[in-house]
Amino acid sequence: MCLAIPGEIKDISGSEAVVDYGGVSMHTNLQLVENASVGDIVLVHAGFVIQILDKDDGHELQKLIEEAMRFI
Amino acid sequence: MSFKSLLKKPCGLYKMPYDITDLKKGIEKLSENEKDISIMEVCGTHTANIRRFGIPSILPHNIRLVSGPGCPVCVTSQQDIAAAVRIADRDGVIFACFGDMMRVPCENGSLYSLYEKGRDVRLISSPMNALSIASDNPDKQVVYFGIGFETTAPHTAALVEAAYNQGIKNLSVLNAHKTMPKAVSQLLKSKQNNISALLCPGHVASVTGSDAFSFVSNELDLPAAVAGFEAYDILAAIFCITGMIKSKKTECINMYPRAVTKNGNKIAQDLIYKVMEPKDALWRGLGMIPGSGLKFREKYASYDAFKRFEIEKIESAEPKGCLCADILRGERIPPECIHFGVSCTPENPVGPCMVSAEGCCSAYYYFRGA
Repeated sequence: MCLAIPGEIKDISGSEAVVDYGGVSMHTNLQLVENASVGDIVLVHAGFVIQILDKDDGHELQKLIEEAMRFI
Repeated sequence: MSFKSLLKKPCGLYKMPYDITDLKKGIEKLSENEKDISIMEVCGTHTANIRRFGIPSILPHNIRLVSGPGCPVCVTSQQDIAAAVRIADRDGVIFACFGDMMRVPCENGSLYSLYEKGRDVRLISSPMNALSIASDNPDKQVVYFGIGFETTAPHTAALVEAAYNQGIKNLSVLNAHKTMPKAVSQLLKSKQNNISALLCPGHVASVTGSDAFSFVSNELDLPAAVAGFEAYDILAAIFCITGMIKSKKTECINMYPRAVTKNGNKIAQDLIYKVMEPKDALWRGLGMIPGSGLKFREKYASYDAFKRFEIEKIESAEPKGCLCADILRGERIPPECIHFGVSCTPENPVGPCMVSAEGCCSAYYYFRGA
């Protein structure tokens, strides 16, 4: 239920995308996001893309961890 | 100690900027002079992954992780499950639901027991499957069991809006959707479980935005961190929470920035509230919480299965001796239940927390050696 799985968009046709999860491909509804494109890493929950993931997350998290270090 | 080593190399799909061993050392350092720290998580996937990765076993003894009402199947009231079983047992009905909902027992059996009896109960992986079942079976009434939080409510809204626009009338929804913030607020205000911080649910927050949980720091004066679902995501969030506790600061920090923004998924939020509006909802373990549920707006009211099948209030008792309600409030843990692992197992569950893979009892049962 709360299980959302990241995958990569391989193809888009109208409001549906083919999302690849490391070898398994599924048709997925794109109604809940804007500007999704082929190659995007997306979070899929119960057949719907709920978010396009940020590939530069590492950089952002690094800043957050550095921020948290002020507590030490 | 030096934290330069936290800034590390890429890992998997994403660049992991720090090392789990260093995070563990950081958490130990930050918590060494603190009193007991109890961190509650309210997401089923956190519950399962915390046990799967064995995170409690690598944390210092004064940090306790407590599972709250995060599993949608588990918080669904016994009355709603009894209503589902009653509808699915009628002639001419095709009942569609997610797999883990099928085996939750009530006094009149479970949806799975009806399936075994020959009733048409179908497991679906997306709510939109119910739409195609309805258009393929115009002579049947198709009922979808809508459960879950802000992560699945937009899907149900999309389903009902599509049915409305396409003129499909043999579809209805048993709407048991719930929203998270008010329930979390009530639970943390009760203080009975001595919670000192909240690990916010990453996927709910991807829809609601991290700001939806800022009340935890602003109003309840507790530290909070939105967390992802890998071991390093969860540990990074615990690291930040421990840091805030040490410095006596309360903020709501987003530690899952690859999926969660400040304001969330506006399209999904707008769709929920275009089709549905808040109502009071009954939660297993938490009771009736004002404004914590969703019902269809007047325009879509004909898709409400409670109305279509004239389901009145059903009385249905929770299984005798079952501690699911106490466990969902974070007041007890599964091994304290007399049924746990004896008369209640994933194969033959007594309560919902053992049924769902995201349930606290199931996680304790499968990963008890971790």
